Amino acid sequence: MKHAKPLQTLACLTMAGAMINARADRLPLPGDTPPSYRAECGGCHLAFPPALLAAADWRRVMDRLGRHYGTDASLDDPTRQTLRTFLERHGNPRLRAPADKSGLPKLTATAWFRHEHGEVPARLWHDARVKSPANCIACHRNAEAGNYSEQDLALPELRGKGD
Amino acid sequence: MKRPVLIALLLVSPALHAETPRQLLDTFSAEAARAQPGFAPSAQRGAALYRSAFKHSRAMPACTACHTDNPAAPGRHAVTGKAIGALAPHANAERFTDPAKVAKWFHRNCTEVVGRECSAAEKADFIQFMLERS
Ligand code: HEC
Ligand code: HEC
Ligand code: HEC
Repeated sequence: MKHAKPLQTLACLTMAGAMINARADRLPLPGDTPPSYRAECGGCHLAFPPALLAAADWRRVMDRLGRHYGTDASLDDPTRQTLRTFLERHGNPRLRAPADKSGLPKLTATAWFRHEHGEVPARLWHDARVKSPANCIACHRNAEAGNYSEQDLALPELRGKGD
Repeated sequence: MKRPVLIALLLVSPALHAETPRQLLDTFSAEAARAQPGFAPSAQRGAALYRSAFKHSRAMPACTACHTDNPAAPGRHAVTGKAIGALAPHANAERFTDPAKVAKWFHRNCTEVVGRECSAAEKADFIQFMLERS
């Protein structure tokens, strides 16, 4: 994103933020989350909050589980349909995610994500304790309960990074 | 609901999904014995499967890449960094109790790491190894 349109960018992010939550430090899974979501999408990484991708992006993820970011996350069809419907229902239309080289959306590359993480030192993203930006729990130790507040940051050097 | 019905439900419903690691081991052993008469599961062969570097996947060369060298220790996903509970049932009572979950992860992890499905004999060996306390 260019620096030329800071106001538009800000407006964009504020709207995306508002769509996500009034308080961005709480992103719990919605009340209608099927039990299979945590079981099937929370084994290899956090069962991501569905508001972090647009419905169209979730559809791309759910239609290509056999080739999932370098691994195989395929599911039986009824479960896949249930989860696809659930994720699409809660998708955030204002968040469009850039795709990785295989064409799958990276929720860790949206403008919103980068904005919220502007103060994270670049080297930390691939620190041995973190490994990947998608490893939310490494930094937000209560992410599984939807808690992203500053007090719940796991790594000591991150404390004081919130606004 | 009448009491006997309730009791019957309580007795029956967990058995539909849950099994013990021992029952799962027996199921895989019986299947292996149909192809290989006289088959007996071996913890030693299971350990070899667990620790072999198959070199099929660079990021995930062996089961130990995520489950660590010690199946009773908590593991960590080699790519995402997420914590994974210990695999050995004596360290994690949920393991090897849900046949559908076991089938799904053997399928995923064997194709990922070994480059093919694991046979019933390999699965039996693997569970036999998991049941050992070192
Ligand atoms: C077998 C393991 C596995 C399962 C099961 C799995 N994933 Fe993933 N997922 C991965 C890996 C590996 C990555 C890449 C992570 C990275 O690059 O750090 C990933 C990445 C993602 C990303 C992109 C994260 C980013 O970096 O922006 C999304 C979205 C995602 N998964 C959604 C899902 C959903 C939805 C399910 C359930 C249907 C699921 N995953 C199940 C392994 C898995
Ligand atoms: C390298 C550490 C790190 C990783 C990994 C990480 N974050 Fe963060 N995150 C931070 C820091 C530092 C902040 C700013 C402090 C704060 O507000 O909590 C932050 C802020 C946030 C906020 C805003 C909280 C608020 O108070 O407004 C959300 C939401 C969030 N992260 C979600 C995620 C999600 C979802 C993931 C995984 C896809 C993730 N983060 C991965 C370090 C990290
Ligand atoms: C890329 C990381 C990774 C590798 C490598 C890996 N696994 Fe796993 N394995 C997982 C994850 C993630 C789970 C499920 C998470 C959970 O239930 O905590 C799992 C679960 C399992 C389970 C399910 C056990 C149960 O009852 O809950 C079995 C069986 C299993 N793995 C076998 C293997 C075998 C055999 C290998 C080597 C051929 C292997 N794994 C290699 C990540 C891995």
